[in-house]
Amino acid sequence: MKHLAEYRDGETARRLAARIAAIVTRPWAIMEVWGGQTHSIIRNALDQLLPPDVELIHGPGCPVCVTPLEMIDRALAIAALPGTIFCSFGDMLRVPGSHGDLLGVKAAGGDVRVVYSPLDALELARRHPDREVVFFAIGFETTAPANAMAVRLAERGGVKNFSVLVSHVLVPPAIAAVMESPGNRVEAFLAAGHVCSVMGTLQYPPLCDRYRVPIVVTGFEPLDLLEGIRRTVVQLEAGKHELENAYPRVVTKEGNAIAKGVIAEVFEPCDRTWRGIGTIPASGWKLADRYAPFDAERRFAVEGIVTAESPLCRAGDVLRGAIKPNACPAFGRECTPRTPLGATMVSGEGACAAYYHAGRFAATRQGNADER
Amino acid sequence: MSGEPPDMTRMACPSPLPHHERIVVGHGGGGVLTRELIEKVFLSAFGNPILAGLGDSAVLPAEWFSPARGAGERLAFSTDSFVVQPLVFPGGSIGDLAVNGTVNDLAMSGARPIALSAAFILEEGLDVGVLSRIVADMARAARTAGVGIVTGDTKVVERGRGDGLSITTAGLGLVPADSRLGSRPPEAGDAILVSGTVGDHGMAVMSVREGLAFEAPIQTDSAPLHGLVAALLAAFPDVALLRDPTRGGLAMTLGELVAGKGIGIEFDEAAVPVDPVVASACEILGLDPFQVANEGKLVAVVPAAGAEAALAALRAHPLGGKAARIGRIVADHPGLVVARTPYGGTRIVPMPLGEQLPRIC
Repeated sequence: MKHLAEYRDGETARRLAARIAAIVTRPWAIMEVWGGQTHSIIRNALDQLLPPDVELIHGPGCPVCVTPLEMIDRALAIAALPGTIFCSFGDMLRVPGSHGDLLGVKAAGGDVRVVYSPLDALELARRHPDREVVFFAIGFETTAPANAMAVRLAERGGVKNFSVLVSHVLVPPAIAAVMESPGNRVEAFLAAGHVCSVMGTLQYPPLCDRYRVPIVVTGFEPLDLLEGIRRTVVQLEAGKHELENAYPRVVTKEGNAIAKGVIAEVFEPCDRTWRGIGTIPASGWKLADRYAPFDAERRFAVEGIVTAESPLCRAGDVLRGAIKPNACPAFGRECTPRTPLGATMVSGEGACAAYYHAGRFAATRQGNADER
Repeated sequence: MSGEPPDMTRMACPSPLPHHERIVVGHGGGGVLTRELIEKVFLSAFGNPILAGLGDSAVLPAEWFSPARGAGERLAFSTDSFVVQPLVFPGGSIGDLAVNGTVNDLAMSGARPIALSAAFILEEGLDVGVLSRIVADMARAARTAGVGIVTGDTKVVERGRGDGLSITTAGLGLVPADSRLGSRPPEAGDAILVSGTVGDHGMAVMSVREGLAFEAPIQTDSAPLHGLVAALLAAFPDVALLRDPTRGGLAMTLGELVAGKGIGIEFDEAAVPVDPVVASACEILGLDPFQVANEGKLVAVVPAAGAEAALAALRAHPLGGKAARIGRIVADHPGLVVARTPYGGTRIVPMPLGEQLPRIC
């Protein structure tokens, strides 16, 4: 594992943690925006290395978790249509809609397939010209370039039986939404390194200025995260609020020009509903008019979707950083990975699932093991 | 090879053709086609006098169970079904798995395998060449394990209802009278050993399924383990428990070991051997190597006093070269498996729920 082992060294990690402890003088609340960062923090128990004054709040950056219920219900309805091949990233299959999930549609005879890339779905469409192939194009700025490319290639190649169900969301509006939410405690952000590898960092300095928060672009490996946290704490202690790039081996200021070009051609900004959070203005992408024929929402007019969210689920509070997963009364009781009430309990990047899989039941009760 | 009455609903099947290259429904009809398939594909590969008798059951000589050595010997009996896509993958096929899987289930009881059965469900349209390759793999695996496939059955299901081929094997094995394996249950202080790298088999299959190419292809670790077990028990007979971490991987095996019991497990994440290529593949697909299947590895719980002797015995065997001592049984947190991370923290390792779902990004 070249180029990964260097960022996982235990000794260096402990040294970094000690440096953080040495500079902290008061409590700070830092949000790691991205679910992959949450996963890495919990799996490696990095938060246990930090001084008690540094609190990590888990952010909304789990693409599976924030995909709105209405969109999942729409996906379930389309996937159940005869003659359709419905393609999705793997962790979307278990996310609960109002009535069941994609795995259930598959078990009932729907042709639901896991793909690693939208280009695989496009290839399926080429091989099955008699079937409608739909790709569930969810995600943040990270999955957008490949999704855009698949649509562009479908148009250029005249693949008419291919369409995408788009539910793209964006990080910067989410950061603004967190800062503007009542009762917000977040004082600094670790921005998502791979999102910035696509989009660059130019969108962030205005956020730093407007909300007077430090934002540090951070990677996902243990040392990346600790270094991001350290730089954030340095800024907080010095009263600064700047954009800093702690992930320069991947992220440049301008980002990936080619990827941004494809995105700009295929997508345009739109308001988007975030599951558990609500509608955030200009927080997503939809297909641009030119590519509207590839929009699965238009192609399959699914009527009569009535969504029903679990009344117990507090995923919205978790995604906003208002509570830790194990502070939800349903956590580990009504809601487990086997019977998830919300998407945050499903995805490997969901904060609730990360807590559950690491056995963190402590906030709701003690002596938890037997009750699982 | 029971002779079932011919199924009259399948009369649409073409009349017997001499050289089918694909399985047709008639191959499972119990008639001449079935007979031909058995003789040409199975008997020629598994060839042994007991199977060749083609009786309704295999009748085994009592000497196989060595009654001469008297009371105290016990029979072990196990069965397992095998379904996998693709049927053939780097380093093996469903054929190797079907033999080694059952041999290993026997071996975990300290049994030496004596005889296997094999039942095949073939899908109409299966390439006979593929079937022959898989049967040859079974024959080779059985020879390597020193066990005969002495009885069997074949059925054919219609196209679209069988996923190519599935195999069910059952095995009989003999546990020596003087075996001390499992003479006491695991208790706090015992050491936990693993016989080599984890996650190889699952990632070998997954890498083919997902079309991932690596510098060196990941090979399945499918292998019969009774020889390794014999070597281990010869060096240190008082092993408390043996398990083969197949589906659900190491995490499932360790979880099952403590579930509902008054003991817990603590292990050191960095001490668990993982092949670097397997680790990379898991990284790419967002999977946890501790939850990925193995088909040629064992987990041993050994009293601390014998841990080093047991480890040395494993390492001295060709199938245990990378064996490692990964952790211990503890009394602290009953029912829980806790991993120490390389950063000094700890996390609870849960049993996997079902299939691992690859992550989005």
